[in-house]
Amino acid sequence: MTATQDSQAQIPVTVLTGYLGAGKTTLLNRILTENHGQRYAVIVNEFGEVGIDNDLLVESDEEIFEMNNGCICCTVRGDLIRTVQNLMKRKNAFDAIIVETTGVADPAPVAQTFFMDDDVRAAAKLDAVVAVVDARHVLQRLEDTEEAEDQIAFADVILINKTDLVSAEELANVEARIRSINPYAVLHRSERCGIDIAKVLDRGAFDLDRILSLDPHFLEHGHHADECGPDCDHDHHHHHDHDHHHGHDHDHGHGHGHGHHHHHHEDPHSVKSISLKAGDLDPNMFFPWINQVTQVQGPNILRLKGILAFKGDPQRYVIQGVHMIVEGDHQRDWKEDEPRESRLVFIGRDLNWDVLKDSFQACAAQ
Amino acid sequence: MPTVAPVEVDGYVVRAGYLIDTAFFASGEGDIVLSGEGETKLRPHKAGLLSAEPTVDGKGLITSGDDGCIFVSAADGSSECVAERPRKWIDLIAAGPSGALAFASGRTAWVRFADGREKEFAHDRAVGGLAFAPKGMRLAVGRYDGVTLWWAGTEGAPVELSWKGAHLGVSFSPDGKYVVSAMQENALHGWRLSDSQDMRMTGYPAKVKSFSWSVKGRYLATSGANAAILWPFFGKTGPMGQTPLQLGTRGDNLVSAVACHPKEDVVAVGYQDGMILMCRFEDNAEVLLRRPGLGPVSTMTWDTDGVRLVFGTETAEAGIISLQD
Repeated sequence: MTATQDSQAQIPVTVLTGYLGAGKTTLLNRILTENHGQRYAVIVNEFGEVGIDNDLLVESDEEIFEMNNGCICCTVRGDLIRTVQNLMKRKNAFDAIIVETTGVADPAPVAQTFFMDDDVRAAAKLDAVVAVVDARHVLQRLEDTEEAEDQIAFADVILINKTDLVSAEELANVEARIRSINPYAVLHRSERCGIDIAKVLDRGAFDLDRILSLDPHFLEHGHHADECGPDCDHDHHHHHDHDHHHGHDHDHGHGHGHGHHHHHHEDPHSVKSISLKAGDLDPNMFFPWINQVTQVQGPNILRLKGILAFKGDPQRYVIQGVHMIVEGDHQRDWKEDEPRESRLVFIGRDLNWDVLKDSFQACAAQ
Repeated sequence: MPTVAPVEVDGYVVRAGYLIDTAFFASGEGDIVLSGEGETKLRPHKAGLLSAEPTVDGKGLITSGDDGCIFVSAADGSSECVAERPRKWIDLIAAGPSGALAFASGRTAWVRFADGREKEFAHDRAVGGLAFAPKGMRLAVGRYDGVTLWWAGTEGAPVELSWKGAHLGVSFSPDGKYVVSAMQENALHGWRLSDSQDMRMTGYPAKVKSFSWSVKGRYLATSGANAAILWPFFGKTGPMGQTPLQLGTRGDNLVSAVACHPKEDVVAVGYQDGMILMCRFEDNAEVLLRRPGLGPVSTMTWDTDGVRLVFGTETAEAGIISLQD
């Protein structure tokens, strides 16, 4: 593979999404003005409101590149590849990159850029997708547009902003709606994006080693991934699974409708999350299965994450994915007091809970 | 024995080359080091420098930066801002005939003529590469889904060469018969201009970022594999159906830069670990020019006599390799 995969050398990238007027620019200005000792290169799609004189502020026109590998959803942001490569010529000038997307941007090509392009992947790594939502308007936005839903579904961190403009009851409704789309993101409330910046930056949300530290549901046993000490022997040599060379037939033949009884969703076309559980898995069953699922249903899968126990394997295996891209690696030994349990979470559209559950459970080790 | 004279630079070496006899090293942090009789340092741009290219007559160095300016600097240390696009990052430039130059940002390319006139060339999608034809005021623009050929001096419809995908670097063969582009995918694409015949050159494990034509344009040397890959462009069909030469194969390292010798069938091959070999086409004989250093070789250029080779790396190393003492 090209260059080094050493995560130490990779520049962290935070992607800011959110509908027009939600407060992205306010958050960005806050990050840039706060005295935290970090220097940021900022990629925006429009200057204008960013009132900061930062010579590493780049305007970038969204350019979606389709990769000629047969995957209909394997799109990347060509402008980001170009800008990241240009930034790498001035590596000494900054410590981290922030990408501000347009209000209507699909976050997936942005995220995929950091996995699909070898040069970008060697230089930079996605830290987290942060969505800023406007407490007062988000419910209406969710009615009107698919993008607003995608941004929430895709996010690792969601900042519910302008909470001072809604009542406690309205806020509770907003939170419930956001949680129904994405129960796994970390939620913060703010007024005028007043938030401790450390809660937004350096989250390591795509970092396999830290994949679970953001996920409250995975923490219920008290094993905080951040607590792993330096002796935890994390394997940093990620084995990226980039097998995209297959025709993607879209088999939507699995009937819709019967997932409703299991899940709290009314609209079958809206984004929902599916959490699957099993005990020890047979890797010879699981890997073909996950490849097949992501190949066939990749366009509908916005994010996936999981911790898996493979029979006879003393180590936890963690995976994460975006559409058709899946990567996974061994993380650390299972602890003695930790139940060996496999959990896999999908966030997406038109996912059939029954089919996924049954086929996942068929991967259980005999 | 080749000797290496190190040159101190302040960052990623975007381009190293020659202005006639003066070696230049342009770094991403903004410094241009000129090494001739003595050493001088210029810093025309306000901040970083994104690309650099000597003019066709070799007297000036065209540079572009993240300050939106295009400067032309001379070996005497003077610099002049010849064009400006405020707030744009100009990351692509090309040197043309009669003192013309081209530059691009986003989806737009511009040609600036020697008299200061400018002409704009708009494209529907992102521009990825620029190159002037060896003869005539003709500009090739690598773009998403193909290459557009403009006659910059006249009005008229451009020639569109289509191939799906993003086309980045672009180059004319020295005889002007072929246009070759490096793609976002790990492949080259070429067109024979006489009949727009497509040529696909694939099999690279990484993107092709450096290419160089050998003497008389017989071969096109490319980076992107664990050897320098040289496609034959002699004969009627060019590389079609031909097997490329593979020179300087290393099991554990990719080639990051190539520079064909100006007089002999020899290519300088730079690797990701900073090593530089000189390889002969005929028998693949290798001479070590530089031991591995800190990081990938990003740029190499021979002087016109082919006795000195300047190089730079992504990790702020640079030098002049002399074949003769």
